[in-house]
Amino acid sequence: MKITRRNLIRSASVAAAAVAAPSIIRPNEARAEPWITKGGTIKVGVLFSQSGALAVVENDSAQVVQYAIDEINANGGVAGMKVEPIIIDAKSDIKVYSEKISQLILRDRVICTFGGYTSASRRAVAPIVMARDHLFYYPTCYEGRECTQNIINTGPLANQHSQDLIPFMVKNFGPKVYFVGSNYIWPKESNKNAKVWLERAGGELLGEEYVPLGGSEFAPIFNKIRQAKPDFIFSTVVGDSDIALHKQFLQEGFKADKMPIAALTTGEIEVRAMGPEAGAGHFLSAPYFQTLDTPTNQKFVENYLKSKYGGGGVTHYNMEETYLSVYVWKAGLEKALAQAGDIEAVTPRMIRDASGGIELGDDISPEGKVWIDPDNFNIWLKPKIGQCQADGQFKIVQASEKHVAPDPFSIYPDRGVCKADGLHTPDGTVQKNVL
Amino acid sequence: MSVNDFWTPFELYSFLNALFIGLSVASIWLVAALGLTIIYGTMGVINMAHGEFIMLGAFSTYVFQTQLGVPFIVCIPLAFIVVGLFGWVIERLLIRSLYNRPLDTLLATWGLSLILIQVVRLTFGAAPLYVAVPAWLDFQVDLEILHLSGLRLFIMVVAVLLVVLTWYLMYRTTWGIRVRAVMQDKEMAASFGINTDRVYSITFAYGAGLAGAAGAMFGALKTLFPDMGSGYIVEAFLVVVVGGIQLAGSVLSALILGQLNSIFSYFTNDTFARFVLFSLIVIFLRFRPQGLLTEGLKRR
Repeated sequence: MKITRRNLIRSASVAAAAVAAPSIIRPNEARAEPWITKGGTIKVGVLFSQSGALAVVENDSAQVVQYAIDEINANGGVAGMKVEPIIIDAKSDIKVYSEKISQLILRDRVICTFGGYTSASRRAVAPIVMARDHLFYYPTCYEGRECTQNIINTGPLANQHSQDLIPFMVKNFGPKVYFVGSNYIWPKESNKNAKVWLERAGGELLGEEYVPLGGSEFAPIFNKIRQAKPDFIFSTVVGDSDIALHKQFLQEGFKADKMPIAALTTGEIEVRAMGPEAGAGHFLSAPYFQTLDTPTNQKFVENYLKSKYGGGGVTHYNMEETYLSVYVWKAGLEKALAQAGDIEAVTPRMIRDASGGIELGDDISPEGKVWIDPDNFNIWLKPKIGQCQADGQFKIVQASEKHVAPDPFSIYPDRGVCKADGLHTPDGTVQKNVL
Repeated sequence: MSVNDFWTPFELYSFLNALFIGLSVASIWLVAALGLTIIYGTMGVINMAHGEFIMLGAFSTYVFQTQLGVPFIVCIPLAFIVVGLFGWVIERLLIRSLYNRPLDTLLATWGLSLILIQVVRLTFGAAPLYVAVPAWLDFQVDLEILHLSGLRLFIMVVAVLLVVLTWYLMYRTTWGIRVRAVMQDKEMAASFGINTDRVYSITFAYGAGLAGAAGAMFGALKTLFPDMGSGYIVEAFLVVVVGGIQLAGSVLSALILGQLNSIFSYFTNDTFARFVLFSLIVIFLRFRPQGLLTEGLKRR
């Protein structure tokens, strides 16, 4: 064939089409490529901040995930395969969370990811996880008001968190309360929930103040508190600010037995950082305390502190919730495997759908039996109230008799009901992945 | 008083107390800004690592207190000396070669601050620590119009002492005359036989030492963590810039800003107070970029 311009163009375009064809067909092939390959390892993503401001808490989260994975591997792994954590430092930077979650899903091809401590980081990864129909475990407390089909949560929702605490405080110290919080979404939503419980308990809200994240000047707020004379303070102040709050409470001459702080996050780690004398006498609502007197917890505390991850010397509600998330995943994977019959056929979507109703018994869960809600994929748990003692450990003064249901829309009933397939709105539509 | 009210109702005693809190806030900001005033005012070095010098002061206090059992009151001069020496070394090794490139000192000191944060994080871990408040400061002044913790009073007293000391050094000693001469005209001062290199390194060390002393006190009042410096650097720069980069100006601007912050947050809330304060500063600097008080100094 003589090479004319027309021939050249024609053959070139045929060649181009031939070259391009595999990449057009490829998406189907990619879908067929298994997430877990027989004879390999089961890869999971571990996406926590090991540097930056969030590292205080998330470092422990990353360690406890590795601890749980080591424990699973030592007991034979999952379905006879070892679990391999892909550990990534999110550097307390929201951009890094969203970048690295893509890398974990697309390049490392993990079956799921454990990560995050703040709502900001959860919301940074959520759109990507949802777009890829992947699976993300958010292992700590959050405000609710979300209904996604790709995230499983193992910490208390706002409705579970303060339901017992507020009536307890009103009953024991009096009806008048002052709210102090950090200035971002979780404290504001938690306070909205707390107001509902406060109203039911016959309490009276005297004031509501927010400090910037990381802010540490509480003198103006304490001045107003002195003017308002509440019976107790309800605190949703987090992180470094929380420590400054408790220290300045002491310095201002307030007494924990006269006007205690009832908090949602001031646990063993925070008390260690502020000094036990600043923490003593105050209250915390959490599903887990290090002092919890169950054989499973004693074993957990002992083994964890003995392990190479236990250098911090304490266990903490956030660590325990993170620990649970790994076992929730393991149980979900085993159930999905039983349904699929073949490990190579298991997808993140199948694990998520199999996870509804997954139960961790007293023998695994340090906080006692918990299970995943089959509708909204948050966790059923028993909230407990602890009072900090002089040694920095908590004495459990009240434990819920019954499990409390997670309800992400408890104070927004007009938004609808969260079911496994999406948010069922009052006008009869089903919205997927509501953030 | 209802929660839905944006404005806090006026109550005389609480308001007077808010004024005292304003003084306390002012003293904290002033202590944080003092070293920066000296370094920036004298040398024209925009020291982005100033917050980290404060952090080093706090951590050295922590080490002295927990490892060596040094009493708190002694920790403050020790933190001054340690961080001052560190500042002297930094000036010798880093700042020295950058005097003719002010923008590069900005970058270099910022880089230094990142290094310091990471080094401290690797050494002490990321978890917050605390400096124990000594028992003799664990008291409260408890009058109707005045509730102040002993520690806050102590910081106010130390702030006054540090200002007096700095004023004395700058305006009543030969060294101070040399510093002010170098400040006004480096070349002319040098031609009169003043060793400007020495003046610079000692001034930088002194400024760093002031930051160290500030850190020693902040560690007791607030929290110790590697990033703590960034919480002070903004206020410190605001005080220095609004004050006009000199001692009396910084004292005046710290008083005004601290007091405004406390009054606004008394009537509204802390978040809104900051918004108002920062807006006012922007407007103020638009019309008076040289700051409150200025000496007719030759800018480098």
